[in-house]
Amino acid sequence: MTRQHVYWLIAILLVLLYALGPVAWILSLSFENPEKIGAGGFFPTDFTWDNYKLLFEGPPDFRYALLNSLGIAAIATFISIGLASMAAYALARLEFAGKAVILSGALAIAMFPPISIAGSLFDIWRSVGLFDTWPGLIIPYMTFSLPLAIYTLSAFFREIPWELEQAAQVDGATPFQAFRRVIVPLAAPGVFTAAILVFIFAWNDFLFATTLTSTNAARTVPATLAFFTGASQFTQPIGAISAAAVVVTIPIVIMVLIFQRRIVAGLTAGAVKG
Amino acid sequence: MAATTAPTQAGAPAKGGKSARSREERRLAWMLCAPAVIVMLLVTGYPIGYAIYLSLQKTDLRFPGRSEFVGLDNYIEVLTSSSWWTDVFNTLFITVTSVSIELALGMGIALVMHRAIFGRGPVRAAVLIPYGIVTVVAAFAWRYAFSPDSGFVLTEQDLLGDRWGSMAIIVLTEVWKTTPFMALLLLAGLALVPDELHEAAKVDGAGPIQRFFRITIPLMKPAILVALLFRTLDAFRVFDSVFILTQGGGNNTETVSILGYKVLITRLNLGVGSAISVLIFLFVILIAVLFVKGLGTSTAQQRGET
Repeated sequence: MTRQHVYWLIAILLVLLYALGPVAWILSLSFENPEKIGAGGFFPTDFTWDNYKLLFEGPPDFRYALLNSLGIAAIATFISIGLASMAAYALARLEFAGKAVILSGALAIAMFPPISIAGSLFDIWRSVGLFDTWPGLIIPYMTFSLPLAIYTLSAFFREIPWELEQAAQVDGATPFQAFRRVIVPLAAPGVFTAAILVFIFAWNDFLFATTLTSTNAARTVPATLAFFTGASQFTQPIGAISAAAVVVTIPIVIMVLIFQRRIVAGLTAGAVKG
Repeated sequence: MAATTAPTQAGAPAKGGKSARSREERRLAWMLCAPAVIVMLLVTGYPIGYAIYLSLQKTDLRFPGRSEFVGLDNYIEVLTSSSWWTDVFNTLFITVTSVSIELALGMGIALVMHRAIFGRGPVRAAVLIPYGIVTVVAAFAWRYAFSPDSGFVLTEQDLLGDRWGSMAIIVLTEVWKTTPFMALLLLAGLALVPDELHEAAKVDGAGPIQRFFRITIPLMKPAILVALLFRTLDAFRVFDSVFILTQGGGNNTETVSILGYKVLITRLNLGVGSAISVLIFLFVILIAVLFVKGLGTSTAQQRGET
């Protein structure tokens, strides 16, 4: 039995190393004095906070990008979850023809290659004035996250014991009270999980962020990082990029660690049942 | 409302009430689904239609107001260019290698998590971290790790300096980022394999390897195919990691999405770029149809067997 424990411990350590190695590396780079980058070795040789100072006190690009990323991802998540909750409620609770059509349509959107409409959106957005604006990114993000949200939410909604709603009404609650006091608390964790998944999706996007924006007005962090330039046009500010990478990674890692159990349930529920 | 409900209560209560109710239910269902459906149709359907229209025009944003209908000329231009076919090869190469490695590695991680004695929580949390990390960030991390100017892995040799070295790192980045997703889907599939079957096979003298290939894999086939389908289509659109790792397809590592981006956004050639967009769309449909066929036969087989 002890030997089995040792094997298992090795397996755990390998998985941890696999998952955390690159994160630790980018963290280490972000604390290295830019002059010393390239000296070799994994750990910083000359520890400094300068890279972070440059991000928050230097040129404003990153701060705009952070604001854009947060705002755009949050609004897209909010709208997407709103629309998806309504659809998921219908798919989970009501009987109607066309259920299969909606589910397979959503599946088709999930498989849709974004590059196929990037050019059209680029052209349309330029003529209707949505190019390089927040709504210009919010619209594709909420659309492409809808399938994920609908599948996750309808899987969660199917698990809710809806009889409780009637039970509460029998006990004298009004329909609104029954919904507000009984169903909302039961549905909240599922809705929250779906929101995290959608937020990660919008936060991660790079293709639309590069094609549909051109300035700090709407450019999000991934796109800003890709076009970051240092003191001269030809040197990439490795330290600053690493620090920026850490800044956008930490919140996601914390969120993932806190809500891991629900995220796993959300990710697999949709795929296995669908 | 009162007039219609009164007779049904008196006459045929169950049937009449039910159909009125179900009609109302259907209306409510459609009202609830309509916003999401309309958004999805409008934001993908209309632009893809517009892309098809543009792909039949000679349209270049550098020369506005000079578009004309050219039929399939743009498609002929793309399909006869060698760069398109190189990019198709690169994309398929990255897709096939990364998805196969992910399947093997993901299955390993899923088996480890399934047979966990302790520490299931930390492993699951750790495995989710690559999933949450922005692809661009992951690509930067790997690029800086391997580049001799900044890295610690190979300080003598520049893997990102040649084609196959770059390909290997692109595949590595993709694998690192998406294996967790694969592992979680496979883990959910593993949970569906009943333990009794394993016990029975053990009694019959089947070894662990035999049981894995004869029981686990066949029973998991639908789950495996679903995971493969999602990952294949996802890998086929590979864009972010190539953009960062080889600065947009340097060293002959350009993929079809990168080509589309360059023609549409950098060169502003909407006609030819849209033809590329439509061709990628058709490729994706083809892959999806092949998988769905495979999935259909595998579930049919299973139903026939049991």
